Amino acid sequence: MSLDYRSLSWRLALICVVTVVFQVAAVSQVKVLGVNADLVPLVAASVGLILGSLPGAIFGFALGMLLDLALVETVGVASLILLGIGYAAGRLRELRDPQGAIVPLLVGAGATAAAQVGFLLLTFLLGQKVPLGWSLVWDLLGTVAFNAVIAIPLYLLVRRCLIAALPQDPRRRRRRAYTTGGLSPLSKS
Amino acid sequence: MYDRTIRRRRLTLAALLACSLLLLTVYFGESTGGALHNVQRGVFSVFAPIQEGASTVLKPARDLFGWFGDTIDAKGRVAELESSNQSLRTRAIAGSEAIRINGQLEALLNLDKAGGLALAKPVTARVIGQSPTALYSTVTINQGSDTGIKTGNPVINGYGLIGQVSTVTAHAAIVTLISDGELAVPARISAGGAQGIAQTGAGGPDDLRLKFIARRYRVDPGAAVVTAGTLSTTPGLESLYPPGIPIGSVTRVVDPGTDAQKIYLRTYADLQKLELVQVLTSAVRGNRP
Repeated sequence: MSLDYRSLSWRLALICVVTVVFQVAAVSQVKVLGVNADLVPLVAASVGLILGSLPGAIFGFALGMLLDLALVETVGVASLILLGIGYAAGRLRELRDPQGAIVPLLVGAGATAAAQVGFLLLTFLLGQKVPLGWSLVWDLLGTVAFNAVIAIPLYLLVRRCLIAALPQDPRRRRRRAYTTGGLSPLSKS
Repeated sequence: MYDRTIRRRRLTLAALLACSLLLLTVYFGESTGGALHNVQRGVFSVFAPIQEGASTVLKPARDLFGWFGDTIDAKGRVAELESSNQSLRTRAIAGSEAIRINGQLEALLNLDKAGGLALAKPVTARVIGQSPTALYSTVTINQGSDTGIKTGNPVINGYGLIGQVSTVTAHAAIVTLISDGELAVPARISAGGAQGIAQTGAGGPDDLRLKFIARRYRVDPGAAVVTAGTLSTTPGLESLYPPGIPIGSVTRVVDPGTDAQKIYLRTYADLQKLELVQVLTSAVRGNRP
């Protein structure tokens, strides 16, 4: 079964746009206990986990760029952070190939924490005011917890969107050693 | 083959990193009329109608999840509200003082009557987007420069001031909320007349303070804070905010009566639940009281 690059590109572009629109128009406006979910790092990490480090990094960069442009925020900040998240999630898959059902949850929580701390650090480094305080800690931890809850269903949704364009069904793949050369499902094509 | 794949991966990663850093550098280096800012405005113009449509379509789902969130929040606040209710009942029985204060607050919140804001050509807009992180305190509204909105215009809702327009395109605008540390609003205590600056402190969005109040003024918790309007008589130094718009009330005062006194405020408007807002597009009499 060969890789359909065109189909995969369209699917990734669609996921990118839908994620940003859904995040900005709906998810950001729904707060539970004062915090809201952040789909963006979850989706970047999911794509990295499914497709590998290189597509994960490229997708994260594009997603971040669209987010910065759509929200009229400092261009390059979200791109930098999300490309790191996509790449790291992809490398985890390539090096460890984790199979547990809880992996998307842990990766999602880690990606969210990395994104939140990354935004905080970059905002600080860029000389903008950083609202340090307990409310920020609560917001960070709350968002990580909220995202951990929705990480698995979101991962399954992203995988469902991409699975038809992949050369093999990731559900059937076997654990491979790092030395076998399988960097990502895309390298199989 | 394998080495080539790794080399390609590393090269692409390095290129993406370089691209991100380059974008950051260019964005910070150029003026607001620069190429990257123009591209950003262009994308925002395209994105805003999609965002508006999605906001409308997703409203039922948002309301449903919002209801769950509100229910959880409400359960957590039962004890607090019971205590508050008891306190309010006692105050209500106490009589005329509470009624007088209530009357004053009602008068303050009745923006059109108290402030004559109809003359400021208010444009009603709907909130169609909100920043996902706590670091950026902005919302997107569905009205732009084609209805007369300009950068710097004050934005209110039914309860009082919520912020200021920071970016405008033809059909949409970004509003920076008062919870953003970059925004500073000339303000005064409604009853005593003490003037200062309302600005969010280092503690984040919940840390709104009234700064630069002279120590000779006594400020009590519960006091209403409103915009001061233009204080300077020098032409060209007019305030962006009309006088008398309610901002919030004083929640506590630390070290009262000293130069280091800290006055904490809570906004009347709930900045996490904004739906309909008004942009004041015109200054009346230079926003002087």
